[in-house]
Amino acid sequence: MIALGRAFLAATLVFLYLPIAVMVAMAFNASPLYTLPLEPTFHWFGVLAQNGPLLAATSNSLVLALATAVIATAVGTLASLALNRRSFRGQSLLKVLLLPPIAIPWLITGTAMLLFFFWTGIGRGLHAMLIGHVALAIPYVVLIVGAGMQNLRAELEEAAMSLGSTPLHAFFAITLPLLAPSIVAALLFAFAVSLDQFVVSYFLATPGVSTLPVEIYTSIRKGFTPEINAISAIFLGVSAVLVLVFAQLSNLGGNRDRR
Amino acid sequence: MAHEVEVNIPRPARRRRQGWATAALLAPAYGWLLLAVFLPLCAMLFFSFLKTSPLPGRPLFYTVNNYLAFINRPYLFDVAWTSIRIGLWTTGLCAVIGLPAALALARATSGRSKHVLFLLIILPFWTNGLVRVFSWTMVLREGGLLDYALHLVIPGAPAFSLLYSFPAIIIGLVHAYLPYMILTCYLSASAIEDGYVEAARSLGARTPVVFWKILLPLSLPGLISGSILIFVPVIGSFMEPRILGGRIGVTMGTVIEDQFTAAFNWPLGAALSFIMLAVVLVIFAASARVLRAGGALQ
Repeated sequence: MIALGRAFLAATLVFLYLPIAVMVAMAFNASPLYTLPLEPTFHWFGVLAQNGPLLAATSNSLVLALATAVIATAVGTLASLALNRRSFRGQSLLKVLLLPPIAIPWLITGTAMLLFFFWTGIGRGLHAMLIGHVALAIPYVVLIVGAGMQNLRAELEEAAMSLGSTPLHAFFAITLPLLAPSIVAALLFAFAVSLDQFVVSYFLATPGVSTLPVEIYTSIRKGFTPEINAISAIFLGVSAVLVLVFAQLSNLGGNRDRR
Repeated sequence: MAHEVEVNIPRPARRRRQGWATAALLAPAYGWLLLAVFLPLCAMLFFSFLKTSPLPGRPLFYTVNNYLAFINRPYLFDVAWTSIRIGLWTTGLCAVIGLPAALALARATSGRSKHVLFLLIILPFWTNGLVRVFSWTMVLREGGLLDYALHLVIPGAPAFSLLYSFPAIIIGLVHAYLPYMILTCYLSASAIEDGYVEAARSLGARTPVVFWKILLPLSLPGLISGSILIFVPVIGSFMEPRILGGRIGVTMGTVIEDQFTAAFNWPLGAALSFIMLAVVLVIFAASARVLRAGGALQ
């Protein structure tokens, strides 16, 4: 049974990685029509370096992801402090209100943002995408930082305060340093959420200003060359590194207790 | 000292100060969610009752016709049915693959290899979904990887392509959402104590019996919360059906996308979005208890 289970797990992994492997392989394949057998080349990376719109969209994506990560982490960490360290009326309702941005299909959230931003004059473009991405990332930040805070005993802050520290000082001297791994994990997660976000960006993009996923979608519908594979391969590497760091910090998988 | 100052403030005033501090901590996050999620959803509800998109200076006309679209435009019924079929197939296949994989991960691996395998399963999750879907076109198309492999085995076989078919859409979606199912089932599966399985075995139960009587029932919370987490976004998907389904990939998602990007019939798009949202909320409400037990909600 154990051997069977392992074989099944291996087959599942092959299925999960098959398209990813094909994508990377095709980035190094000479044929622009993705035909086999493989003829290795770096040609598409060179073509990529010449593609202005694609590079502009990539830099938009990176700037947006960075800004989203910083804002969502700051705002989300504050909310997480209130939700986990204080008790007040309506607390559980506020926790439930974090779910819609995660649970409602992005198609609905994205179209609603398009309507509302257009109607109120906020308009579309990078600033609108920033508003949207931060909103999608905040719940994750609150949950990730909240999980870290639950592992952190409130007595530590109380001890500091009973020794004469102000709440603010206790936060910066005790809570923040101990919470740092969770905060960095939240930062990375928010960055990844924004970097991969397609649906909301798609509805808020303007013809001149788009992000990499939006640009890829447009290219797929037009039919395009393997330079998309080249940039996807680069991004795959970036994402993989982010996840590994995130996993290390947030103790994902659960069997590596830091205590 | 600061702490003593705190103590000397009368209690109601202190509580009021604490209340203000709590509000100040919460205001940025919830203000942001209000602006970017909740107000837009309200605006969409309003739009769904309009006859045409509002233009400055023009009077508004209200109608419920957008909600009667399923009666006025019968093809929407087929589209909705396609979306539901896609949702059921995707969820079902994810369950059939995800549960055994999660059980295997929880019970047939240990220590460091478990940790590594766990990471390997969630890693694809963090790579761009569009890119993964596009990669499937390179596998499934004529002259693609599957076709190539087939001709290596049977040289004279006719050209083979799965692209732009119903199965292609399902393959892409199962690939996109399988990690959800493995994750939720893994949480349930790793909580199953070895003692139950050992007891059953010592009483003579064989593997199928152990699976049906012990592993499956105890994994059920994970299976159900995984199914909901998959079914809900899948019925709203539009990018995968478009890329992998081509002309046959007309779903509620693609129809809504068209209303917003091509047809500019925002009121109809808003009404269809709201009908979908209602379905989603019903599913969540019906399963709230299971989700809470499965740990998907707090």
